[in-house]
Amino acid sequence: MSESDVTRDGIRGARPGRDAQVGKGMGDGKRRGRRGGKGRGGERSMVPRAEFTSYYGRPVLNPPTWRSRDIAGYFFLGGLAGAGSVLAAGAELTGRPAMARALKVSSTAALAGSTAALIHDLGRPGRFANMLRVFKPTSPMSVGSWLLAAYGPMAGAAAVSDLAGRLPRSGRAATVGAALLGPAVASYTAVLAADTAVPAWHDGYRELPYLFVGSAAMAAGGMALLASPVAENAPARGVALLGTAVETAAVKAMERRLGVVAETYREGRAGKLMRAAEALSVAGALGGALLGRRSRPAAAVSGAALLAASAGTRFGVFHAGMRSAEDPKYTVLPQRERLEARRERPEDD
Amino acid sequence: MTDTSKRSSLIGRNLLAGAEPDVAGDAGHEDHPPRVGFFTDTSVCIGCKACEVACKEWNAVPEDGLDFTGMSFDNTQGLSASTWRHVAFIEQNKPLGRAETGVDHGDVDVLALAAQGSGTPVEEAAITPTSAAPPSDGGQNGLRWLMSSDVCKHCTHAACLDVCPTGALFRTEFGTVVVQDDVCNGCGYCVPACPYGVIDVRPEDGGAHKCTLCYDRLGAGQEPACAKACPTDSIQFGPLDELRERAAARVEQLHRVGVEDARLYGHDPGDGVGGDGAFFLLLDEPEVYGLPPDPVVTTRDLPSMWRHAGAAALTLLGGVAAVFAAQGGVGGRRTGRRR
Repeated sequence: MSESDVTRDGIRGARPGRDAQVGKGMGDGKRRGRRGGKGRGGERSMVPRAEFTSYYGRPVLNPPTWRSRDIAGYFFLGGLAGAGSVLAAGAELTGRPAMARALKVSSTAALAGSTAALIHDLGRPGRFANMLRVFKPTSPMSVGSWLLAAYGPMAGAAAVSDLAGRLPRSGRAATVGAALLGPAVASYTAVLAADTAVPAWHDGYRELPYLFVGSAAMAAGGMALLASPVAENAPARGVALLGTAVETAAVKAMERRLGVVAETYREGRAGKLMRAAEALSVAGALGGALLGRRSRPAAAVSGAALLAASAGTRFGVFHAGMRSAEDPKYTVLPQRERLEARRERPEDD
Repeated sequence: MTDTSKRSSLIGRNLLAGAEPDVAGDAGHEDHPPRVGFFTDTSVCIGCKACEVACKEWNAVPEDGLDFTGMSFDNTQGLSASTWRHVAFIEQNKPLGRAETGVDHGDVDVLALAAQGSGTPVEEAAITPTSAAPPSDGGQNGLRWLMSSDVCKHCTHAACLDVCPTGALFRTEFGTVVVQDDVCNGCGYCVPACPYGVIDVRPEDGGAHKCTLCYDRLGAGQEPACAKACPTDSIQFGPLDELRERAAARVEQLHRVGVEDARLYGHDPGDGVGGDGAFFLLLDEPEVYGLPPDPVVTTRDLPSMWRHAGAAALTLLGGVAAVFAAQGGVGGRRTGRRR
């Protein structure tokens, strides 16, 4: 035990250097020749490169404490709300009042659901207002809280004005304002997930925002197909196709980049969700495009499939992240590869 | 004057990643004491867990589940909201350096004996051996126990602090990272942000908790409880600069006497987290102890993440606008003709 004390002015009574006794008396200090690959070399050979070591298989990271229903649910609802506001403005400006109204209402409802889910997920829900205690650009959750605080009232005002038929000018301004903030609401959640040490999320940070806006467009297009008359739904079909294309491309690009971590998106619960979402999105987008202009029921079914597909993707991404955090393999192997690559490229003496 | 103008600029100060010499100053502390930390020399750890007990006692950390894990002598399992020091136990079929015990055990496989349950030969023993030991590498038998007391690293670039949306996590004047329990709202963002799996949310009170490096004791001029209690000085506390020098000398000393596996972990200000405030001397690869081999602070990539998210948001806005432009009004093009 040491005698020294740390004070505000520095160390008082600093110890002399402490010499632990391990290693003392272990021979004469001359290196013996390495026999049969002992020492560091021998140690390496015990652990082949493709394999990895861990501490009794325990995770290196602490997995997120987030509940899937709350947080993956929020990813879905936030996307539906944000992209829905863009569609609502487009519908209103191009003379599609029924579609505009439906999307304004769905965005407001989705936003209310998002807020409830986010507060419910807090360990101390009574302190949710602390989210607006500071503004921190280094915290995507802080940025998102402020974004929702700005976007929420606008989306709500747009819906209320439309339903009540009051204050049309303010309603129009709120509609446009919500449409400008909506894409940020839909895409920032990707940064929220990626700005963690979770390998399946962080390592895909370049593709994840595109995956999320694609999924959001899919959900909003689906909602528009489900809730608007056939005469007005032409843009919804286009947006659904666009969203499906962007999301599918982003998933493929991300899986290519992730290497071994891509397993978490292909296997287990996440794999099932991602595959189901892919099938539903293609079916919904094509069904909407081919049948949606003729048949109201077909449009509604396609819309529901697209909504389910978007939710499936978000839950899939969530579970892939959880799995990648819970298995030390996905933490250790990519980091080992990184070290290996660094060792091979720049020679330090 | 120049000092303030330098402070006011965000450029060239490595605030998100890289070596940052004055963390407390960058956090706004003026005339602050030197940055302090831990050097945990695992080569002298005897696994007594006095640090775990001292930490629990001093910080009034509640019980964290009583499990029997079968993981050597480790039933603590890992760091969590209610475990701020964790002693890892690793049993390996490998000699420690060139230790001479004075007795020749060359033909004794100690792990096989341990599996067998006694020193009596298998055929004479009344019990059935559970499993045979794997053949030892290079024909040399030896058993070594690696023990290491893990703790919050108090990173130079602390991801938990960066992502905390409430400002509950903050940088102290000692350069350490501490949670203000009365501000934390339990959002849990710090938990997956930590590249070491240190901080966690305590289910009983919903708040995030971790090692404070005994902030209260530091303020009173005392060293942290774990370092005070450590009987072998495996846990050494002091100004970080001094600890780094001491650690470099220690590693050299161990290499000299033949412990070639000895290496430092978390000491380098150029690493992915800008160097740890609590760093280690290890005798095997970091992952053997449950530590990440190349941790990186996630916020290093945050500017790029925001750029990608911005581009994606514009893609959404532009894509939807293009779809509407292509479709025109309700009376336009396709729908119009169809009617």
